[in-house]
Amino acid sequence: MSSEKPLSFQGLILKLHDYWSRQGCVILQPHDVEVGAGTLHPATVLRALGPKPWRAAYVQPSRRPADGRYGENPNRLQHYYQYQVILKPNPDDLQDLYLGSLEAIGLDTRLHDIRFVEDDWENPTVGAWGLGWEVWCDGMEVTQYTYFQKVGGVDVWPVAGELTYGLERLAMYLQGVDHFTDLAFNDPDGPAPMTYGEVFLENERQQSTANFDGYDVATLKRQFEDMETQVPRLLAMKGPQGQAIVLPAYDHVLKASHLFNLMDARGAIAVAERQSYIGRIRDLTKMCAEAWVANEGGNA
Amino acid sequence: MPQLLLELFSEEIPARMQVQAARDLERMARERLAEQGFLPEAMTAFAGPRRLTLVIEGLPEAQADRTEERKGPRVGAPDKAMEGFLRSTGLTMDQLVDQDGVWFAKIERKGRPTPEIIAEMVEAIVRSFPWPKSMTWGRGTLRWVRPLKRIVCVFDGVVVPFVIDGIASGETSEGHRFMGDAKPFRARNFDEYQAGLSAHFVVLDAEERKAAILEGARTLCFARNLELVEDEGLLAEVAGLAEWPTPVLGDMDPDFLDLPPEVIRTSMRTHQKYFAVRDPATGGLAPHFITVANIQAADGGAAIAAGNAKVLSARLADARFFWDEDRKLTLEDRLEKLKGVTFHAKLGTMFERADRITQLARRLAPLVGADPEAAAKAARLAKADLVTGMVGEFPELQGLMGGYYAHAEGLDPEIADAIRDHYKPQGPGDAVPGSPLGQVLALADKLDSLIGFFGIDEKPTGSKDPYALRRAALGVIRIVLEGGLRLPIRDIAGDEQVAFFADRLKVLLREQGRRHDLVDAVFALGDDDLIRIVARVEALDGFLTTEDGANLLAGYKRATNILRAEEKKGALPDGPAAAMDGAPRAELALVQALSGVEPAVADALAAEDFVAAMQALAGLRGPVDAFFEQVLVNAEDPAERDNRLRLLSQVRDAMGRVADFSQVTG
Repeated sequence: MSSEKPLSFQGLILKLHDYWSRQGCVILQPHDVEVGAGTLHPATVLRALGPKPWRAAYVQPSRRPADGRYGENPNRLQHYYQYQVILKPNPDDLQDLYLGSLEAIGLDTRLHDIRFVEDDWENPTVGAWGLGWEVWCDGMEVTQYTYFQKVGGVDVWPVAGELTYGLERLAMYLQGVDHFTDLAFNDPDGPAPMTYGEVFLENERQQSTANFDGYDVATLKRQFEDMETQVPRLLAMKGPQGQAIVLPAYDHVLKASHLFNLMDARGAIAVAERQSYIGRIRDLTKMCAEAWVANEGGNA
Repeated sequence: MPQLLLELFSEEIPARMQVQAARDLERMARERLAEQGFLPEAMTAFAGPRRLTLVIEGLPEAQADRTEERKGPRVGAPDKAMEGFLRSTGLTMDQLVDQDGVWFAKIERKGRPTPEIIAEMVEAIVRSFPWPKSMTWGRGTLRWVRPLKRIVCVFDGVVVPFVIDGIASGETSEGHRFMGDAKPFRARNFDEYQAGLSAHFVVLDAEERKAAILEGARTLCFARNLELVEDEGLLAEVAGLAEWPTPVLGDMDPDFLDLPPEVIRTSMRTHQKYFAVRDPATGGLAPHFITVANIQAADGGAAIAAGNAKVLSARLADARFFWDEDRKLTLEDRLEKLKGVTFHAKLGTMFERADRITQLARRLAPLVGADPEAAAKAARLAKADLVTGMVGEFPELQGLMGGYYAHAEGLDPEIADAIRDHYKPQGPGDAVPGSPLGQVLALADKLDSLIGFFGIDEKPTGSKDPYALRRAALGVIRIVLEGGLRLPIRDIAGDEQVAFFADRLKVLLREQGRRHDLVDAVFALGDDDLIRIVARVEALDGFLTTEDGANLLAGYKRATNILRAEEKKGALPDGPAAAMDGAPRAELALVQALSGVEPAVADALAAEDFVAAMQALAGLRGPVDAFFEQVLVNAEDPAERDNRLRLLSQVRDAMGRVADFSQVTG
């Protein structure tokens, strides 16, 4: 950390936006469907496929219903933010660009110990894997750094480089804070300072209650099946230029995936069923990925 | 003679792959050079977080000229064959030589310049390197473990020019990511390369990195009157994570010391890759840790120590949460939850597995000298810790946590210890459980796996053993042998598993230096008592090194050869040999000797005194030698012949009760 005042939570986001914007990234807004990770945004999962170059950065709210702790655990939330960067093809100096982003948010790489520790990323629900690292700063994982090799069962080429920053954790580190609720969300010396807790604690409490005890399991199950049937139906349609209707179909994969996560948090997924649900979501993703690639090699 | 310097510079190579990568690089270069007729004076390979380096001393400037001789068709062969041969050799008819009616081509191969060969070699190595996992990047097609950035390839001070998938070879390398001026430097030979690396904060040699870490860590501890908890595996790993490894001592909140020390160490090791630190006065953990950073920071590592301490606190706070929460329920309370944990799709849940282990433990307890009820109780609870928060977080603490939680809820300490130890031994370096109760549980656990997986035809094949059944079988063997247990394996396991145990025992005995033919000789008897088998192998080994043993073996072979030849003609005469009137002295002496040896062998075997059984057999050596020297088995008189065959059969049978000597070689 530099001697300057550490970044607020939103200051961190703005700095990353500014930095990646200067690297030619399209600064997108979050996708408007619930997702479990920033990777699942169509800007990553779908745009990683096909031959066209693509650079984007965005914040994505990520929902992990089973991780909710009613706001009591210092660093576990059922709704948190990931900062996601995707560059396709990955530039030769992606590692240097990434390290530049750490400097930009105030991490002095001559004072802090930055290391690239092997971590092979895999997401079975979307049939994706890649090789890369967890990036550690003084022993804390601050970023997941991955070279995508496959998504939706389809080879990724040119290869896309993906960076995922855990924003709350990174901000807690920069601010020297032990509980997420104590994070300065905006400038603590500004006219209307707000903490992260003031913004989101109530959300954690209410959502945790709904996630663990609220939702009707039979309804979730039925909704999952409803979403599932929409996917092939949409993919079978043709758009005005003759393209498969992939983007709306993929939204329904995401919805199904979130419903699965809700059922899981309710403890409604038996061990034996889990693989089968994951397999169903993976198959849907695969259908979308293949249709995406078939659309003139990623005509979007 | 000239030197080759090769550096393959990439983004961070996983620590666990580095050592093997250096070996592979050296091996592949050696093989390729040998194919080209090069025998370098010395080769050294290095691996680190961002580079594989190979230096080869003593290569000639060019390959020697070679004459290659190739055999062609015979003289007068059809034109087609001749044409093909000429085409493949690039020669004309008048250049061929007729040697005894066959055409030979002598092709002069001009030695090529060494750089040409090096360029081909490097490309071949890079394109076929056996990384456990590899990837492509950017718009390239090359596969490497992570993106390959630079190749330094200098032979005798000059760059060997080539381009592999867009990467041009050169004489420029780079040093540490963050330390120094971060500018590339020239390396036209190994000395310059090493000097450049040192000046740019890179320790090339993994062994040097390890030594530096160890020394630095010990010095930090010494200054605070502490002791480093050494850990070879961790040392090797962290040496692969830093080019300029710098140990930093950090503080841990002493309140966490009330957690089980294994929990603290596991959290430090697996999550954070820290070394634990001991207080030499108490022998217990001290509230500090050592992390190995990749930089020497301007503030002496203060920020690094503080940052790491914070991360560790968060980790240990998680562990504390599990420890406190887990102890709110008894192991018994958790059993129901095991019904939701699948052991294997075809072998049911962990609850069912615990139930099977309980039955087995109850059955095995009397054989091991343990109380069946205590064994059953321990077995029932042995898997309950799998559904605790702590084991969910640190699977490697299974068993150990069960033991802690059992103690905490006030269960009989013997039961708690048996739960703790029931996965033992977990490898060749791990001890077997000490108490009979622990042994029963450990046996039941492993036998259930073996019986279960064999039952659903999930046997290990070749290098594949996904359920670690070999380790399980070896564990059973070690518990039985080291505990001196008499366990009739055939009563518990099926034929296939008995054969599997036999194989594992053979491997174990071979590793202990026992001759495998002797192991076979004993196994051929079909015994399933491991202790007896091992005692027999040991006695046999001792016996065959004596002169009597070696000679008797020769006599045995001679006897069985004769008997086998006779058996081909028809059935051998049965019944014991008689002391026939007028028989040669040597024949009578052997009859006499057998009458004494047979009961002596039987008595010794009954007492399981295999050394005595061998000694009794030794009494046959003189009479057998004399018999073969003085008596012709194939006598003209059929009665004489039959008696002598009976005699040899008796020798074979007497020896066969001790071991199957036909399996012994030499």
